[in-house]
Amino acid sequence: MFRSRGWMLAAAAMAIVLAGAGTGCKKKLSDPFPASGAIAGWEKASDTRVFAAKDLWQYIDGDADQYIAAGVVSTSTSDYKYRGQLEATVDVHTMNDAAGARKILEAGQTKDAKTVQLGDAGVAYAQSAIFRKGPYLVRIVAYESTPDTPQALLALAQGVEAKL
Amino acid sequence: MKSRREFIKTTAAGALIVGSSAAAEKLGLAGVLDQNAQRAETAKSKVVIARDAALHGAGGQLDEKRVQTLLDSAIAAYTGRDRPVEAWKRIVPVDKVIGLKVNGLGGKGISTHAALVLAICERLQQAGVKPGNIVVWERDAHSLEACGLTVSTDRSRVRCYGNDVGGYEDQPVAFGSVSVKLAKILTRECAMVIGLPILKDHSLGCGVTFAMKNMYGVVERPQDLHAGGCNPAIADLNCIPAIREKVRFTIGDAMSSVYDGGPRFNPERLWYPNALIVGEDRVAVDHTAWQMIERKRAEAGVPTLEAAGRRPLYIATAADADHRLGTNDPQRMHLMEI
Repeated sequence: MFRSRGWMLAAAAMAIVLAGAGTGCKKKLSDPFPASGAIAGWEKASDTRVFAAKDLWQYIDGDADQYIAAGVVSTSTSDYKYRGQLEATVDVHTMNDAAGARKILEAGQTKDAKTVQLGDAGVAYAQSAIFRKGPYLVRIVAYESTPDTPQALLALAQGVEAKL
Repeated sequence: MKSRREFIKTTAAGALIVGSSAAAEKLGLAGVLDQNAQRAETAKSKVVIARDAALHGAGGQLDEKRVQTLLDSAIAAYTGRDRPVEAWKRIVPVDKVIGLKVNGLGGKGISTHAALVLAICERLQQAGVKPGNIVVWERDAHSLEACGLTVSTDRSRVRCYGNDVGGYEDQPVAFGSVSVKLAKILTRECAMVIGLPILKDHSLGCGVTFAMKNMYGVVERPQDLHAGGCNPAIADLNCIPAIREKVRFTIGDAMSSVYDGGPRFNPERLWYPNALIVGEDRVAVDHTAWQMIERKRAEAGVPTLEAAGRRPLYIATAADADHRLGTNDPQRMHLMEI
């Protein structure tokens, strides 16, 4: 009796795990933002702010609609500073699924995008890097263009990717 | 060690306090604004575009010292008065509370520049407006910070705070398609508001965001007003009496802009028009700004806003017989480029 109930519970748990895998169920996102010093030269310069989909307009009013249409669940954002000079912002959008992240990434691409090895797909520009990994869409923007900017952004992006 | 920006801010703030001791001159709303209001509808709407090609350096760094000069040039051209103090006395009622509605919704990098705000504050005080009678405002503290401004509610200084502090009216007001709760800073604090929008492409909605769209920051739920390319919502919103009557002047920040991929900061589409666009007719100002964006898009090989499916239809709506907010007819504009 007890043995058969144990088997039933184990089977049920396995079914839940498999169902989750089959639907692309995402793991709960822990803090995706590298701590100060974790990436050479980069300091985390603000607290992380988190916006649920219904509140996203408070952060990106006017731009929120495309994220909502693509199935955004929440957006986390934090500011960074590189070697005390270059300022940047990291946005991590958690979408319902990978298709939503792909939709946003592809919609925003322009001819001057340079493909980079980040996550499932990524592009970089002189002052920004954007990539997707599973249901996550990450956008990193720098506010100045310096000779160091592209490489520094790439390093920060790799640091975020490793935490997703 | 203070950064260059912090130094300039401190210096300007000091000047503001010195300026506060100047005798106030009570002119009410007389001056350029009332003269224009008294003119027949057939009169042309004046719009000034003031430029300084050296405003941004090669690395995109704003030369903040040049902003005051650019502002003075724009205001002198608009008012016909060379002395800034005299010019400002023709624009604002110096004994009243003056609101400066900035725009920081695009975030850092594409928000109204603090240098422009400080330059205006300095001239207002020199004209006789008490520091505490100047309210720099936006939706919330984050939006103000995006402009490089710091929140202060101290009435002995220029005040700077958001609707998150000032609050909204309990009762909504309506015009046409919109029903909104207005910010108390607009309804209860300010006698007159000068709009300080920043020029941006608006890729998912209205095409261009500038003078009239800036009023989305004075309502509680702007996210409800984006349907249909914000048309007719922008025009309707600007017809609400508190907005129509109090927001009487625009000093548009076109020192930097995004011509595509806005309204967020989009460094790949950032551009430096190095200009201010000034006027009382918000429709004429927005039409002028739209044309500026279109010229840049053509130069960059980007489709027109119409081809991109987002012609700013709200501008024509604002000029129509149901709204009469101004003119979108270039023949009825007096455009001065300096």
